[in-house]
Amino acid sequence: MSFFDVVFYLFATITVLAGVGVVVARNPVHAALFLVLAFCSAAGIWMLLEAEFLAITLILVYVGAVMVLFLFVVMMLDINLVKLREGFWRWFPFGALLAGLMVFEMIWVLGSRQTADVSKAIVHASDYSNTKELGRLIYTHYVYPFEIAAVILLVAMVAAIALTLRRRTGVKSQNVAEQVKARKADRLRIVSMKSEPKVNNK
Amino acid sequence: MMEWLQPIQNLLGAAWLPLWTVVKIMLIVAPLMGAVAYLTLAERKVIGWMQIRIGPNRVGYFGLLQPIADGLKLFMKEIIVPSGSNKFLFVIAPIMVLMPALAAWAVVPFNAELVLSNANAGLLYILAMTSLGVYGVIIAGWASNSKYAFLGCLRSAAQIVSYEIAMGFALVTVLMAAQSLNLGEIVKGQHGSYGMLNWYIIPLFPMFIVYLISGVAETNRAPFDVAEGESEIVAGFHVEYSGMAFALFFLGEYANMILVAFLTSIMFLGGWLSPVPFLPDSIVWMFGKVAFVLFLFLWFRATFPRYRYDQLMRLGWKVFIPVSLIWVVVVGAWMQTPYWLW
Repeated sequence: MSFFDVVFYLFATITVLAGVGVVVARNPVHAALFLVLAFCSAAGIWMLLEAEFLAITLILVYVGAVMVLFLFVVMMLDINLVKLREGFWRWFPFGALLAGLMVFEMIWVLGSRQTADVSKAIVHASDYSNTKELGRLIYTHYVYPFEIAAVILLVAMVAAIALTLRRRTGVKSQNVAEQVKARKADRLRIVSMKSEPKVNNK
Repeated sequence: MMEWLQPIQNLLGAAWLPLWTVVKIMLIVAPLMGAVAYLTLAERKVIGWMQIRIGPNRVGYFGLLQPIADGLKLFMKEIIVPSGSNKFLFVIAPIMVLMPALAAWAVVPFNAELVLSNANAGLLYILAMTSLGVYGVIIAGWASNSKYAFLGCLRSAAQIVSYEIAMGFALVTVLMAAQSLNLGEIVKGQHGSYGMLNWYIIPLFPMFIVYLISGVAETNRAPFDVAEGESEIVAGFHVEYSGMAFALFFLGEYANMILVAFLTSIMFLGGWLSPVPFLPDSIVWMFGKVAFVLFLFLWFRATFPRYRYDQLMRLGWKVFIPVSLIWVVVVGAWMQTPYWLW
């Protein structure tokens, strides 16, 4: 077993164990943290395949931004664990069916003759830049699909904002323009006055 | 230049490469820890002078042994784990703060030859590592089982996610100008016959400001230190920590400050390049620039009052992100004209 294999099996084991952890963890925060671990080790496997752009983007986008917001929400939820586990056995057959379907699909795809050649990794020269190659392909060969995907994302983003935007009345919010416009003369009045007569406390 | 190491290399055989890498890592981390220790002293001295005080001057000549005394004190103290807290997460949170702050140094070049890993995707790697730092803060706040710590961690999570976007766009303009993600190439792209006029701070000046201020916000430094907010939420996310666990948060914060200072000098201030054409390029320039940026950090802390939280969010989302988006387009259009001189 070469060093490459050792690293692969290490990352693969961590990924699978972390995936199991996501499902079995009692606490939702622990589950989210297990998911972070799964993402990190999956990024490690991609790195082994010399897909450094995808690996680092996985960390940057999913671990650095998406999961932070996930944790943010999950930590603030008031979750009743007993209630959460109530319908477990009722939904178990459905979940098992889905899981079985996915395993079947993966065996079908990964075990077929057409995809078998992919398992041989292509070794590139040390000056090969995965990022540059991806950028070149995306902006030349696949420029239209890429732009269409970007527009769809933009529409989804606008829609998400439009769905949650509501005008609320009676909200105490600051008018920043007014605050910035405030000058010393508006707020402060300097008066010159005579000193008060001495108070006699006796 | 490493010929004298050849006999050792032959002796060790296959074990040479991992061993030599560990030695190089130590050669980066050990001076970094020293720099962190003396940055705390520099901070107290500089802020002291700015406020017409003397600063620490009792331990050792000129207060020079103060960081060692502080470190010893923190080593001696007991680490108290609060009841009802999650012990495992409570203990790994400070490690999670320090780990990415140290890991990012792998791709930082000190001069044209001195770099641990000359990775092609260095800039992306730095972005990914700095985005991991927030986990330590979030886990610390949540695992402490304290409402002040929790408030601090929520503030910090929202703040870091917001400022990361503007920071990322600032770096996008740098990579457009340098046409490379390799940090060494970015510095070499700023080389030219006009000294400091060739640096990216000239065409990317608005992005330099955005990056510097976002860097202050990312490292939770004053005036963006709402995650700690001693006067409102009593030190925020690390309120329950004591002893060495508490010290690790500080090590992480200062290591991050030094990292941001290095990155600012690499991206915008020409790294190890000399500011005037008649002087040679040297690592001394690098350290000088880093010291200047670090001084700015201390100066900000001594000068500005803490931001109110809504103002902080407004600055991130409504000022920095639009400005950086516009500047990406401006640089892109500018580079297509013959007036792009960098």
